[in-house]
Amino acid sequence: MATSVEPRLGWPRWRRSWWFHATYYAQTWRGTVASTVLFPIFYLAALGVGVGHLVTAHSGLIDGQTYLHFIAPSLLATTTMQLGEGESLWPVLASVRWIRSYHAAAATPLEPEDILAGKLSWVATRALATGVLYTAIIAVSGALQSWWSLTLPLVGTLVALAFAAPLTAFAAGAQSDASFTAIYRFAIVPMFLFSATFYPVSAYPGYLRPVVQFVPLYHGVALARTAAYGHGSLASTAGHVIVLGAMSVLGVLWGRRRLRRRLIG
Amino acid sequence: MGGGCVNGGDFAHDASHDPILEARELVKRFGDFTAVKSVSFVIQRGESFGFLGPNGAGKTSTMRMISAVSQPTSGELSIFGLDPRSSGPAIRGRLGVVPQEDTLELELSVRLNLEMFGRYFDLPRATLRERAAELLDFAQLTERANDRVDDLSGGLRRRLTIARALINRPEILILDEPTTGLDPQARHLLWERLYRLKREGVTLIITTHYMDEAEQLCDRLVVMDHGTIVAEGAPRDLITRHSTREVVELRFNTTDHGDLHGDLEPFARRVEVLPDRVLLYVDDGDDALRDVHAAGVSPASALVRRSSLEDVFLRLTGRTLVD
Repeated sequence: MATSVEPRLGWPRWRRSWWFHATYYAQTWRGTVASTVLFPIFYLAALGVGVGHLVTAHSGLIDGQTYLHFIAPSLLATTTMQLGEGESLWPVLASVRWIRSYHAAAATPLEPEDILAGKLSWVATRALATGVLYTAIIAVSGALQSWWSLTLPLVGTLVALAFAAPLTAFAAGAQSDASFTAIYRFAIVPMFLFSATFYPVSAYPGYLRPVVQFVPLYHGVALARTAAYGHGSLASTAGHVIVLGAMSVLGVLWGRRRLRRRLIG
Repeated sequence: MGGGCVNGGDFAHDASHDPILEARELVKRFGDFTAVKSVSFVIQRGESFGFLGPNGAGKTSTMRMISAVSQPTSGELSIFGLDPRSSGPAIRGRLGVVPQEDTLELELSVRLNLEMFGRYFDLPRATLRERAAELLDFAQLTERANDRVDDLSGGLRRRLTIARALINRPEILILDEPTTGLDPQARHLLWERLYRLKREGVTLIITTHYMDEAEQLCDRLVVMDHGTIVAEGAPRDLITRHSTREVVELRFNTTDHGDLHGDLEPFARRVEVLPDRVLLYVDDGDDALRDVHAAGVSPASALVRRSSLEDVFLRLTGRTLVD
C-alpha cells in the first residue's frame, strides 16, 4: 500500500481547490438560481419597464438612455457585488469554523494560498458566467450600444472580486457571524440602493456627489455603464478600474495573511 | 516494516530501525502561551505510535506540526527525511490526517466526499472512482454511498473521515482522538480497521485520552502532560516501570477518603487517594485485600484489577486522564 506510484493529473494546486468549488456548485446550484438570475430579471422588468415607463414619460432620457437601458448595466454590477459577498461571508466562515473544509484541505498538499486562489478563481468563474448571461439579457433588451459592451462580463468579474477578496479575508479571521448581518444591512444594501444605481449621480446635491464616489459599488456601476454605452473618459474609466482592482489586490493580501493564521498558525 | 513491540522491547534496539519521522526539541508557542515545550521522539516505519495525555497536554499542537500543517516555533522535524518547512506539500501528499472533529461536506454524498477530497491529491477521476469503491468497502459504507453525510450517524461519519484520509494511500496515518464520542461497538470496529491498516504496513500515529485505546492500538507511546513528554515506551513496559502489577480500588462510606491514607499505607507499596476512592498499588491484589479485611478495615466496595496506563499517568502527573 505504501509504495505505489501515484497517477497524476499535473494540475497546479490552486486549480484542485477551484475544482472542489465547481463540483460542490454542480451539486447545489439550484438554490442560487433565484438570487443570481431571477431577481435581476424581476428588477429589470419591474423597474426598467414598469417604473421606466413613468420616468421616460416625465423626464425623458437619462444620460441619453431610456430608463431600462440606464439601469440594466448597474444591475449587472449590483448582482455581481452580491454574488461576491454571498460567496464570501458565511461560506468562508463555515469553511474555517463550522464545516472546516479549509482545514481539511490544508492537511493535503494545498497551501493556504492555493485554497484562497481556488476560492477567488471560482467566484470569478461564477461572476463571469453571470456576466455573460446578463450581457445576453441586456442585449435582448436592446441596451447594448457598443462593441465595448462585450467587456461587461469582465466588469462583472472585477466587481465580484473587489468584494469577494476583502470579505473573504474578513470572514477568514472572524470568530462568529455576528457582524455579517450588519455588513449586509449597513453596507451591501445601502450600496445597492445609493450607488447611483437607479438614478444618475447628478440626482444628488453637489456636496453629496464626492461622497458617492467613495462608495466602492459606485465605481462598478459607473464602469458597467461605460462598458455598455461605449463612452466615458479614459481617466474616469481608469479610475474605476484602479479602485476595484486595488480592493481586489488588497483583499487578496489581507486574505492570505488571515487564512494562513487561521489554517496553519 | 518495523514490527510490533506488543510484547515489550525497546524500539531503538530493533533490528529494523527505519525512522519515518524524527522530532527533536519541538516547541510550539502561541503568543505568550507555550503549547508544546521541547518534545523529542522518533517514530519507526510500520509502527503504531501513541500520544497519551489529558486535554490541553499539547497533543493536538504536536499533531498539527507532524502533519506538516503548522510550523514548529523551534526545533527540528523530519518526515520521510524531508523538512516540512520547505517540503510541506510533498510531505502532506504522503500523509493521511483524521482530525479530531469530522470535516466532511454534509450536503454531499458519501462517495462524492471521497472523490472530491482525492482531487486535492491530483488523482485522476478513474483512479478516484476505483479507490472510492475500495474505501467504501473498507469502511463498510458501500450501501450508504449515495446518501448525504448529513444523514449518517457519528460512528459512520468517523469511518468516512478515516476512509477519506486514505484516498491518497498514505504511508503515515495521523489520527487525533479517533474514537472520542463513539459508542463501544463503533470503537471496536474502528480499532479493527486500524489493525488492518497496520498489517498493510501503514504507520499509525494516534492521540487519545483513553488509556484502553492506547493499550490496544499502540506499539509504543509517549505520555504528555503540560506540553512535555513525561514518559515513553511500550504500554506494558510503562506499566511495569511505573506501577505495580495489581491495584486494589477501595470505596468507603465517607466524604473524605484522604483520612484513610495512613490506615491503608501498611498494606501497599503506594497509596493514591482520589476524591471517590483509594487505590492500593500492590503485587497481589487478593492478598492485600485479605490483609485489609483482617486488619478490621471494612470498605463499602472493593475491586482488584491489573495496573493500566491510567495508573502510570496518575503516578507521573498526580492526576487522572479524563477530568
